[in-house]
Amino acid sequence: MKVLVKSLLGAVALAGLSLPAHAETTLTIPLVNNSDLIRMQKLSDDFTAKNPDIKINWVTLEENVLRQKLTTDIATKGGQFDVLTIGTYEVPIWGKKGWLLPLDKLGADYDVDDLLPAIRGGLSVDGKLYASPFYGESSMVMYRKDLMDKAGLKMPDAPTWDFIREAADKMTDKAGEVYGICLRGKAGWGENMAFLTATANSFGARWFDEKWEPQFNTPEWKKALDFYLSMMKADGPPGAAANGFNENLALFGAGKCGMWIDATVAASFVTDPKQSKVFDKVGFALAPDNGLGKRGNWLWAWSLAVPAGSQKTEAAQKFIAWATSKQYAALVASKEGWANVPPGTRTSLYNNPDYLKAAPFAKMTIDSINSADPLHPTVKPVPYTGVQFVAIPEFQGIANDVGQDFSGALAGTMTGDAALAAAQASTEAAMKKAGYIK
Amino acid sequence: MALKQSMGKRVGMSAAAWLIGFLIFFPILWTFLTSFKSELDAFAIPPKFLFFHWTAENYAEVQSRSNYLLFAYNSIVLSVGANIVGLIIAVPAAWSMAFVPTKRTKDVLMWMLSTKMMPGVGVLVPIYLLFRDFHLLDNRLGIGFVLLMMNLPILIWMLYTYFKEIPVDILEAARMDGASLMNEIVYVLTPMAIPGIASTMLLAVILSWNEAFWTLNLTTSNAAPLTAFIASYSAPEGLFWAKLSAASTLAIAPILILGWFSQKQLVRGLTFGAVK
Repeated sequence: MKVLVKSLLGAVALAGLSLPAHAETTLTIPLVNNSDLIRMQKLSDDFTAKNPDIKINWVTLEENVLRQKLTTDIATKGGQFDVLTIGTYEVPIWGKKGWLLPLDKLGADYDVDDLLPAIRGGLSVDGKLYASPFYGESSMVMYRKDLMDKAGLKMPDAPTWDFIREAADKMTDKAGEVYGICLRGKAGWGENMAFLTATANSFGARWFDEKWEPQFNTPEWKKALDFYLSMMKADGPPGAAANGFNENLALFGAGKCGMWIDATVAASFVTDPKQSKVFDKVGFALAPDNGLGKRGNWLWAWSLAVPAGSQKTEAAQKFIAWATSKQYAALVASKEGWANVPPGTRTSLYNNPDYLKAAPFAKMTIDSINSADPLHPTVKPVPYTGVQFVAIPEFQGIANDVGQDFSGALAGTMTGDAALAAAQASTEAAMKKAGYIK
Repeated sequence: MALKQSMGKRVGMSAAAWLIGFLIFFPILWTFLTSFKSELDAFAIPPKFLFFHWTAENYAEVQSRSNYLLFAYNSIVLSVGANIVGLIIAVPAAWSMAFVPTKRTKDVLMWMLSTKMMPGVGVLVPIYLLFRDFHLLDNRLGIGFVLLMMNLPILIWMLYTYFKEIPVDILEAARMDGASLMNEIVYVLTPMAIPGIASTMLLAVILSWNEAFWTLNLTTSNAAPLTAFIASYSAPEGLFWAKLSAASTLAIAPILILGWFSQKQLVRGLTFGAVK
């Protein structure tokens, strides 16, 4: 033990000696590995040229690793990051806990009112903005126009679930390895549960009633899950219980899927000749509904926030204002074309004729985002915010468990009814333990 | 055992050995090949083995996006540095346990091994808090210390088994000739145990090189090794398999080359003491 203490002290002493002395402000900024954020890293010379006293230290990580790291850091006040790259799930929770600084120094020309209302609502707590959206995404239907023609159908702009089922049945050609529909099946709160929670909203289901009682025993959930299971069994690809975004992207890009309902960000991949064989045959439509007033699409925005207690708040807000401004959109447009401007954050972008011309998926994206309301996500009232998630800290754990049950039902290891019963039991236990219900 | 084997049997054995070797090596080969494909070719069904359009663009992209040399430098400094310090502690410790055991030596050895049995995540939060308070987060000394503590039980155990094979008489003879304890360890024991020490060191370096849990959690940029470099190319939304393969190839290349050149030592060390 003595040795341990001594070596630790020695290490600390040496660490103290090796701390560099710096006059300029260095911002440590984490990034998620996706094309829009990586592009921002490339273009950041524009920011450092305008602010020569600020240096940026980038940390790129895979989404789930990053989330774990940022959560550990902010919960223990580790102070390793000066700007946080977080989503619509974290912002309301962390904002309420006082872990984030309200963004009130973004500058006079920032134009907060230009932010899309749905996105802004998801990033605010009690009317205060706690994070600025870098790009927003929703989910929508991507489909093969050629297969749709072959089936003798025409995809409406706003399809119903019944139409999707009919189209999936007609497009499926298992002998030719073409599957009518590809959907997420891999277990996880951000995997199958993101899709199923959003889908359940359009079936009139909800996670909790106003008193936080779990609702998996309701007929709405049964209808939603049965619909998903029966369609996937009839028209889905084999082994769908292991498919997430990437697996479906590969299947769709290889021409094996008739339809795929997933994140709007996929549109730029499936229409890219470098990544997709069917790049010139893809059409888009809004996520389906059942005529109940809610569509089955989600809402997410990768956003930038400042941790409370940071010493470099001024430089951090300067950076956030730069990265989420209209000027940044213009910068991307001038260097890489309008189609590459981060989508889904500002109204002005969708009034820009140059953008609308360059991005064929622009209208679908904005309509999808506008139809998702994180403050009123479900048909019946709920005590929570969030469309494809419930913005409470316990949700990740609870939804991972439920995701296992539903993935198991898709794989055929249990029935849909058994999965719902298991989901109800585990969610009830977790909510009791967390003190929401008695 | 007489070595009278028929020609056919020998050819069969060689073929089987090559096949098994190829199977074990295949994932690395596949990663290497994928790193030269375009993203579209990377997930082509059926897979393309050799006949695709070879391109080095993934390497160019990886180079332009991240500072590979800093990550590689950190990996080398951490894995070699931590284990040199480790050997300085482990050689005398293993000497005392092998040659002057006490009643409790076996228990101490077992206790050291037991520290490896606890999953790291169980102590993540306390260690994270300690590191935060001592300003060791994202610091080479901090993460080096963790790697050292992690490998120390393995170093001591492996050295202990090697030292047990060395006849104690030789050490006694040296002592009779007036060698001090220090001289005995440095000039008599160490040279005889070089293969064992080398393979222990190599194994420990490889373990530190591949350690991803602590390095990912306790470092961010300045002290981040190649594990963090690989993690920055993985993505749940977007197929970047070719780029990820290029990053992986770059990350394993140094340790693969080291292993290739020292394979004789490695094999000799791993089988050292296998025949009693």
